[in-house]
Amino acid sequence: MADMSLKKYPIPEQDPNQRNKNFAEVSLGYTEELARKESARCLQCKNKPCVAGCPVQVDIPGFIAKIGQGDFEAAYDVLKSTNTLPAVCGRVCPQETQCEERCVRAIKGQSVGIGRLERFAADRHMEKVCEAPLRPSPNGKKVAVVGSGPAGLTCAGDLAAMGYAVTVYEAFHVAGGVLMYGIPEFRLPKAIVQKEIDDLRKLGVEILTNRVVGRAETIDELLDEEGYSAVFVGTGAGLPSFMNVPGENLNSVYTANEFLTRINLMKAYKWPECDTPVRIGKRVAVVGGGNVAMDAARSAKRLGAEEVSIVYRRSEEEMPARLEEVHHAKEEGIRLVTLTNPTAILDDGKGWVRGMTVVDMELGEVDAKGRRSTHAIPGSEHDLAFETVVIAIGQSPNPLIRQTTPGLSTQRWGGIIVDESTGATSKPRVYAGGDAVTGAATVILAMGAGKIAAKSIDELVRSSEA
Amino acid sequence: MYRIVQKKTLNPQVKLMTVEAPAIAKKARPGQFIILRVHDEGERIPLTIAGFDRAAGTITIVFQEVGRTTRALGQLEEGDSILDFVGPLGIPSHTEGIRKACVIGGGLGTAIAWPQAKALHDLGAEVHMICGFRNKDLVILEDEVRAASDRTIITTDDGSNGVKGFVTDQLKALLAEGNEYDVVIAIGPLVMMKFVSQMTKPLGIRTIVSLNPVMIDGTGMCGGCRVTVGGKTKFACVDGPDFDGHEVDFDEAIRRSSMYRDEEKQSDEMHQCRMGGLSNG
Ligand SMILES: Cc1cc2nc3c(=O)[nH]c(=O)nc-3n(C[C@H](O)[C@H](O)[C@H](O)COP(=O)(O)OP(=O)(O)OC[C@H]3O[C@@H](n4cnc5c(N)ncnc54)[C@H](O)[C@@H]3O)c2cc1C
Ligand SMILES: Cc1cc2nc3c(=O)[nH]c(=O)nc-3n(C[C@H](O)[C@H](O)[C@H](O)COP(=O)(O)OP(=O)(O)OC[C@H]3O[C@@H](n4cnc5c(N)ncnc54)[C@H](O)[C@@H]3O)c2cc1C
Ligand code: SF4
Ligand code: SF4
Ligand code: FES
Repeated sequence: MADMSLKKYPIPEQDPNQRNKNFAEVSLGYTEELARKESARCLQCKNKPCVAGCPVQVDIPGFIAKIGQGDFEAAYDVLKSTNTLPAVCGRVCPQETQCEERCVRAIKGQSVGIGRLERFAADRHMEKVCEAPLRPSPNGKKVAVVGSGPAGLTCAGDLAAMGYAVTVYEAFHVAGGVLMYGIPEFRLPKAIVQKEIDDLRKLGVEILTNRVVGRAETIDELLDEEGYSAVFVGTGAGLPSFMNVPGENLNSVYTANEFLTRINLMKAYKWPECDTPVRIGKRVAVVGGGNVAMDAARSAKRLGAEEVSIVYRRSEEEMPARLEEVHHAKEEGIRLVTLTNPTAILDDGKGWVRGMTVVDMELGEVDAKGRRSTHAIPGSEHDLAFETVVIAIGQSPNPLIRQTTPGLSTQRWGGIIVDESTGATSKPRVYAGGDAVTGAATVILAMGAGKIAAKSIDELVRSSEA
Repeated sequence: MYRIVQKKTLNPQVKLMTVEAPAIAKKARPGQFIILRVHDEGERIPLTIAGFDRAAGTITIVFQEVGRTTRALGQLEEGDSILDFVGPLGIPSHTEGIRKACVIGGGLGTAIAWPQAKALHDLGAEVHMICGFRNKDLVILEDEVRAASDRTIITTDDGSNGVKGFVTDQLKALLAEGNEYDVVIAIGPLVMMKFVSQMTKPLGIRTIVSLNPVMIDGTGMCGGCRVTVGGKTKFACVDGPDFDGHEVDFDEAIRRSSMYRDEEKQSDEMHQCRMGGLSNG
């Protein structure tokens, strides 16, 4: 008999006033007991509406049923059969607009806590099981993957499981992409990402760090000189956007990329034990309304800022960030300054920030894309005081690959053009997926694209053998 | 890991290292740089590729010990390894169509300017080189510089080696002699590059400077290395490091380069005192 309580069983969390001073994970995860209770809220619907909301079609009732039966390892196997990184997705998927949005329990009350249960099963597996994954027998073919974010890692994992010798080229000194240098420790512990990467290595995937494709080897060289049958490009969307307002180059104006990289990857929160510093100041403004903005704001708070404000041009409802992140940010004392847009960053006279001039905004008609337009209210300019400004208004693909790969067609804004059903680009034997194709999107979409490309690459190699 | 195959002390603060990095050596060109990290808690710092040997698969770097990372690097010996070493980054210097060039190195900038002079010289251009140092003890790469240029002028602020005075005075003198340069390349402290550019601008002599702002990734991802050139924001790591000296906003670059001065000082002091503690204990 299903548990008909209207609300999800709450997930234990660190107290907001405690956690906004440390970098340990906010959410502590379900216990076995809570997971089994929550799993009983699933109605095991025959038509599985939730699955249609998941970009990689996880068999949701299937894995939840196994949790209910206490067979956690079987639940993990169900997850893993379509999702390469369940411990990551359970934590960072925007469930409320994907699987959980379609859950029938959400019609009256709250949806089943699908993400939380996914995370539980994955964490449980990591804790209890340490056997190495089986290495498949090699098929004698080589594939190169450029970029080690979720798109690249998924593509590499799937191909390795089919017997390919896969080599991943990564520009940074660590693998993992945004999972390592963007999303902070308190939301996605790096040890979890590292474990997934270690498993891939055990599966036989070779990961070469410190290799910037396009500067060192080019894609053409990988294909023609290094003997790879195909190349998958999963280089993400790392190029930061600016507001193009006066004062953006003042000292203590950061892009979110720089701010988060200093903190996450270079461990600036441990400075001076670690060598890389970051400047925080008393009052921090983060401009933007997505996950990136939330992460930057919550990191600033943890590093000791007294007052952190998120400055966003639309209203809270329109914020693209995950609901849970906005909720957590507010709990931690982050101020939301909505319907406000900066028009200038102000100089303290010595080259540092003293504040921003902002203008009030109002929402207008809904446009063709379903977003409400915004207008500045004339005469509403006023100044706000800040010592640090972090710009988190979006990213686009880095131009390096398109500049160094003749024959690769891209959109005007830089995204690589692919056939969505196969991941094939305009260049033979070159496939692409993830943020490099879509622009800044989500972990699960990047993984989905990596999977599709792995399948197509396998088909290509087989057909060229026949 | 990237093995150090050669280490040379050029002056008390400046060292040269040759490092095994075949993938970088294969593609490196003058004007490009690498980013390295010495140990796991370390910062990523950029250093110019001072030389490369494609056959041996090695890269040469020359660095001055100014802070925590460069000092830690200086303590490594031949046979030791550097943890991370990535490149070649940045856009190679443009050498096409240059028949006569004046290359100016200020202090350590000499190490960065020398490979550019050498590249031009090897292509058959006439190269005049002016290298300025504070005093004779700081002079580096003198033999290398002489071999790479048709005319070499060494200056020191105090006259303890070569001519006394600043590099700009020497440039003025060379121009007064009637030398017509296709390009002036100035590499060194920001103030020096600013003065050289100010001098050549009214004369309409093309002037290239090499900027070295703080960098993290070196691939265009963080924007920390941004500089204003011709009124537009550029990323030194991917759009540079070489830029048109007449277009660079030097005052902004000088201001941004001091952003972490307090932290750098504190970090370095702490580190030195820790090391002192170690050797005493
Ligand atoms: C701060 C932040 C928070 C986020 N929060 C969420 C969230 O909560 N939920 C969610 O679903 N999504 C979130 N996202 C978005 C999500 O992280 C991305 O959509 C996803 O990581 C894209 O994966 P990818 O594999 O396409 O690219 P990336 O993860 O960007 O990885 C690309 C990799 O390629 C490497 N690379 C680039 N160029 C080269 C080259 N020339 N040679 C070699 N390597 C190269 C890069 O160094 C990088 O490691 C967030 C993003 C950020 C920045
Ligand atoms: C493209 C590029 C090429 C470079 N090539 C060389 C080279 O060939 N040889 C070399 O010795 N150095 C070079 N530099 C400078 C070198 O990166 C810095 O000296 C180094 O980052 C200092 O690190 P640190 O931890 O030892 O010192 P820190 O503790 O970080 O700094 C100590 C002192 O050095 C100054 N400093 C810090 N960063 C820089 C910087 N990027 N440029 C100038 N001064 C700085 C600080 O203001 C401070 O006074 C280059 C920089 C760039 C961007
Ligand atoms: S992968 Fe993401 S969307 Fe799919 S079921 Fe898991 S949490 Fe939901
Ligand atoms: S829609 Fe909700 S209740 Fe139905 S199977 Fe999916 S998770 Fe269970
Ligand atoms: S160093 Fe990060 S963009 Fe240049």
